[in-house]
Amino acid sequence: MSIKGKAYIAGIFEHTLRKAEDKSLAQLHAEAAKGALEDAGLSYSDVDAYFCAGDAPGLGSLSMAEYMGLNLQYIDTTETGGSSYVAHIGHAAAAIAAGKCNVALVTLAGRPRAEKMQTGTGTRNWGVDAPEAGFELIWGPTVVNMYGMAAMRHMHEYGTTSEQLAWIKVAASHHAQHNEHAMLRNVVTVEDVVNSPMISDPLHRLDCCIISDGGGAFVVVSPEIAKTLKRQSVKVLDHGEAPKHLAAGQVDLTYTGAAWSGPRAFAEAGVNQQDIKYASIYDSFTITVLETLEDLGFCEKGKGGEFVQDGNLISGVGKLPFNTDGGGLCSNHPANRGGMTKVLEAVRQLRGEAHPKVQVPDCDIALAHGTGGSIGTRMGSATVILGREDA
Amino acid sequence: MSDQEKTSVDIKKIKIPVPIINPETRAFWDATAKGQLLIKKCSDCGKVHYYPRNICPYCMSDNTEWLQCSGKGKIYSFSIMRKAKVPYCIAYVTLEEGVTMMTNIIKTNLDEIAIDMDVVLDFVDNGEGSALPYFSKV
Repeated sequence: MSIKGKAYIAGIFEHTLRKAEDKSLAQLHAEAAKGALEDAGLSYSDVDAYFCAGDAPGLGSLSMAEYMGLNLQYIDTTETGGSSYVAHIGHAAAAIAAGKCNVALVTLAGRPRAEKMQTGTGTRNWGVDAPEAGFELIWGPTVVNMYGMAAMRHMHEYGTTSEQLAWIKVAASHHAQHNEHAMLRNVVTVEDVVNSPMISDPLHRLDCCIISDGGGAFVVVSPEIAKTLKRQSVKVLDHGEAPKHLAAGQVDLTYTGAAWSGPRAFAEAGVNQQDIKYASIYDSFTITVLETLEDLGFCEKGKGGEFVQDGNLISGVGKLPFNTDGGGLCSNHPANRGGMTKVLEAVRQLRGEAHPKVQVPDCDIALAHGTGGSIGTRMGSATVILGREDA
Repeated sequence: MSDQEKTSVDIKKIKIPVPIINPETRAFWDATAKGQLLIKKCSDCGKVHYYPRNICPYCMSDNTEWLQCSGKGKIYSFSIMRKAKVPYCIAYVTLEEGVTMMTNIIKTNLDEIAIDMDVVLDFVDNGEGSALPYFSKV
């Protein structure tokens, strides 16, 4: 059974703040929830399903259901890092199609800046019981050096250059200049990126996403409820998801789980790459975007460098406008998890509500892709294809 | 100070970490104290895997045995953490036996490290009953 047309995204909200020293984590989740529900014309009392991931405080869905006073008949706490919220769309649509719920609320929030978290350069520790812990933590794996190893290998196998990777940041910065809430609004050049300090070879400072506080939320509803709402809804055309891991020691860092999640999403949605007018691509690092674009089939494997260069990702300039809010590289990466904001900008594009300078004309079909964990170790990938109400 | 000393990780300057050990991995770490690097081989399907598990991730057999590695390998990929107080090189090294493992490259000029470089196992004792399987240039 396909979920095509079985569910709609009816409301979205993104916090405008980027530092949240004076707000609690639960408060950030609830403010995002309120914003998205109000955008849809709904309220707490309409929600019968709640979806959250590892960034939710306390007992996750249970703590937040209590905090918001929700009466639920369905919960899903799928945790695949930053890709969780993209996967949640598919799960919510399936639950709605199966008659398990009608109004699914999905939230994300975090305050890594306020907490002065060593996001990129601290050793990533998933707990002493993680089966890999004994064989990884001793080597100082950080977010940056794990993605660095993926970039290094991609360069080795395909001749990808730092200048090509830099084009991804350049494109994001062109978009961020129009987003008044973006953390970094200055337009940068390829030279700016490659001349920025090396954090972990071959990734420079400007190859890395920002660290920001805040959050976001969206509401997935049944077609019957979507019809009753005044706001323009966005149709879920389908989704795909896949974990990827180190395969018992057969390590290949040159591709991501998008190689599996993408084809699943395209097949079920019944569209192809040429149909995609706008793409939100997870951008923890420039290399994340490059490998994902290849794996989603926007270009041949190994040709991502050529594909992204010369402004091909800039709205109004290139063939595939991406991350028109400025993405995680320039605008927002709340909770160190970018899947939520990827969905939100795709919905804005389909509603025709992106900033006029970056709005894609006649944007009827869009893709949002989430990445979780590290493409250098174990990761989650989730792809969703969304359409305008009439798509 | 020579160029080599300036640019390679001096293991005397870093605290050798103590790994997290659990009942499933005790034998692996006990062997490191004797200078042996072990991986797991499945007696049923014959495939090797890393990190070691009791149940074979290929065929679900619980008939797995330890296999001692030669210690020879090639760098699959690496990255030098320049922002660390003492810059270090994390790497994936593909062992002669066919699995790729995470490690650090030591006693090697950081600017000389490259993919496909031949490296060799270089244990460093942590003084806590185990040794860490670092690698260095042949």
